[in-house]
Amino acid sequence: MSKYCQAVGWHFEGASMEKNRGGYGLVEGKILSVCLVLFVVLVLLPSMFRVSLGISHIYVKIVVKTLEWATLQIEKGVKKQKALVLENLTSNGIIQREEASMEEEIAGQRRGRFNLADVLYFSKKGFEAVAEDEVTRRFSSEELVSWNLLSRTNVSFHRISWQLTFVWVIGILIRYCLLMPLRVSLASFSMLLLVSATTVVGQFPNGRVKRWLSNQVQMTCAALGVRCLSGAVHFHNRENRPQKGGICVANHTSPLDVLILASDGCYSLVGQAHGGLLGLIQKSCMKTTEHVLFERSEMKARHLVRKKIREHVADKTKLPILIFPEGTCINNTSVMMFKKGSFEVGGTIHPVAIKYDPRFGDAFWNSMKYSMMTYAFKLMTSWAIVCNVWYLPPMVKEEEEDAVHFADRVKAVIAARGGMSVLPWDGGLKRKKVKESFKQEQQKKYCQIVVENGTVGNANVH
Amino acid sequence: MTSEAGACPLVGGASLCACARGLAHGGGAGAGWPFAEPPLLLTGACRCPVRPGTARSGAEQSGARLGGPARAAAMGSRASTLLRDEEIEEIKKETGFSHSQITRLYSRFTSLDKGENGTLSREDFQRIPELAINPLGDRIINAFFPEGEDQVNFRGFMRTLAHFRPIEDNEKSKDQNGPEPLNSRSNKLHFAFRLYDLDKDDKISRDELLQVLRMMVGVNISDEQLGSIADRTIQEADQDGDSAISFAEFVKVLEKVDVEQKMSIRFLH
Repeated sequence: MSKYCQAVGWHFEGASMEKNRGGYGLVEGKILSVCLVLFVVLVLLPSMFRVSLGISHIYVKIVVKTLEWATLQIEKGVKKQKALVLENLTSNGIIQREEASMEEEIAGQRRGRFNLADVLYFSKKGFEAVAEDEVTRRFSSEELVSWNLLSRTNVSFHRISWQLTFVWVIGILIRYCLLMPLRVSLASFSMLLLVSATTVVGQFPNGRVKRWLSNQVQMTCAALGVRCLSGAVHFHNRENRPQKGGICVANHTSPLDVLILASDGCYSLVGQAHGGLLGLIQKSCMKTTEHVLFERSEMKARHLVRKKIREHVADKTKLPILIFPEGTCINNTSVMMFKKGSFEVGGTIHPVAIKYDPRFGDAFWNSMKYSMMTYAFKLMTSWAIVCNVWYLPPMVKEEEEDAVHFADRVKAVIAARGGMSVLPWDGGLKRKKVKESFKQEQQKKYCQIVVENGTVGNANVH
Repeated sequence: MTSEAGACPLVGGASLCACARGLAHGGGAGAGWPFAEPPLLLTGACRCPVRPGTARSGAEQSGARLGGPARAAAMGSRASTLLRDEEIEEIKKETGFSHSQITRLYSRFTSLDKGENGTLSREDFQRIPELAINPLGDRIINAFFPEGEDQVNFRGFMRTLAHFRPIEDNEKSKDQNGPEPLNSRSNKLHFAFRLYDLDKDDKISRDELLQVLRMMVGVNISDEQLGSIADRTIQEADQDGDSAISFAEFVKVLEKVDVEQKMSIRFLH
């Protein structure tokens, strides 16, 4: 009897254990399915139908309040400690330049003469350039006026008050332990979706259905991408959105520009072919839409690209082309020289101004310093990506206008809208040396002052 | 100079960190450390494997290096955290810049320093477009580098920049016991003189004047015309008949020139 009871007892135990194990597995399954449902409802569906649930906006508001509080803390703390850190907060420049021209400085009343003192002008200009120059500071991240609670912009701010340090540490925990894994998983999922969806759609025969599907795929994946970076993008003047057969032109700060613009419209892209992660995305996009990819360093590539753009623009059924005439990433504080290639082709130009809010994270990709993966990691651990996109009214090249002048005109319009300064310098100076001809221009200018009526005198002021 | 035994493999190329420089210059090559007393210690971990554990020698090198983990933490942050207070005080005394000016210029220094080794080379300067198109760009860059060296550290950078600091009134009435400030009128003129004096023999010869003139005018003026300008300039300035311009003669020529204004840059506080 006891043996029988024992056997039954074991049997019951065994059965209940199995039930528990099964129950445990059931719980895990439930969590996963809840996550999936949440993801689909909160993220995927709104992206597909381009509806905003406003979660990002609430989050951004919270971050803004925190940053304002932090700024106040810093100012209070600085007054208490009498530290000199406050001076770093007020002005951004190192020197104040005097805008006198070469004429005024050297000649004064003495035209047509050489003076030993002329060298002073050049040396002063040279040293001003050494202390602070307009060009190289565009190739590195913008300096912030106040601290935005990110470790990467920290100048020992966290030592000011314990409350600030506390908030900063909480911020680190939130960003690295909560937001980053979430964003990374979202991003990997979107990438998977992009690759698989484009492969599937790529199999379709060419036609209207394929075009419609590929547009949907691109826009959904781009919207997903923006969401996974906690992107809060404000589009202004959407009635000016680029039309088919037009050329869309924007200032360039990072590959995010493409993502942001693609989440609100479909474009054919022209750009530098990359390897690695970015290359994978580019290749997937190539399967369904026509894009033009080239190698920046190849000379022949320019003619080829121009030819392709011309053909593309002539066909009114094709998607608008998205071009970044600066040719490289600039740090979003100014707009550098627009290369004239895309402005010679004819067709309507639709300018777009993109301005990021630097308080929430630095969107600028310093490709000389950081690889794509490091840059992506930095983005994932920032607070958010907040930017404004303005669609500007279309512009056309006028009859007697040459391409360079037209490019400058468009550049001025974009810079004015985005609140950025205008620089005549070439963004390519990031990688290559300045042309000798500019130096020769300076020398010529000096000669014109020193030479008068074909003769050269000289005066030494006694 | 490139790959001698003991050349610092970290700094690379023709440049040697001060640790290894003792080997290259004059000490017995490969024999060991020739300098008798330990060098002036500044901050930081000199990563020189030739002499591990010691900091850099002399007041030459700025203590800008960090060890691995600290460097990773500082990546991307404003570089003012890497400059120690004692060094800032020393530079303040020597050059007269304020605390915030020094930290701001240190940011600038590190942003120019692409090799991230605490020193600037001539290429780093030439990467500044506005300096590269300056007709006297090469002479200006040369002014930063002391005799025979290819690298300039932050101290040297500040010392050269200090020549262009404006002369403040309260400094004029300072005590005359200390050394003359770097931005005095006399030192500014001396700096301008050195822009002409290519071989540093304290005289501006006709050839030197011609070379500098050629730099300023480019190809737009013929040799004869340039020669006559140079001749006339020397003729009018020369007082002791040696067909060259000495520093005293140079000062006399620029007597009426407002050197303070023409050679001063307004540094923001």
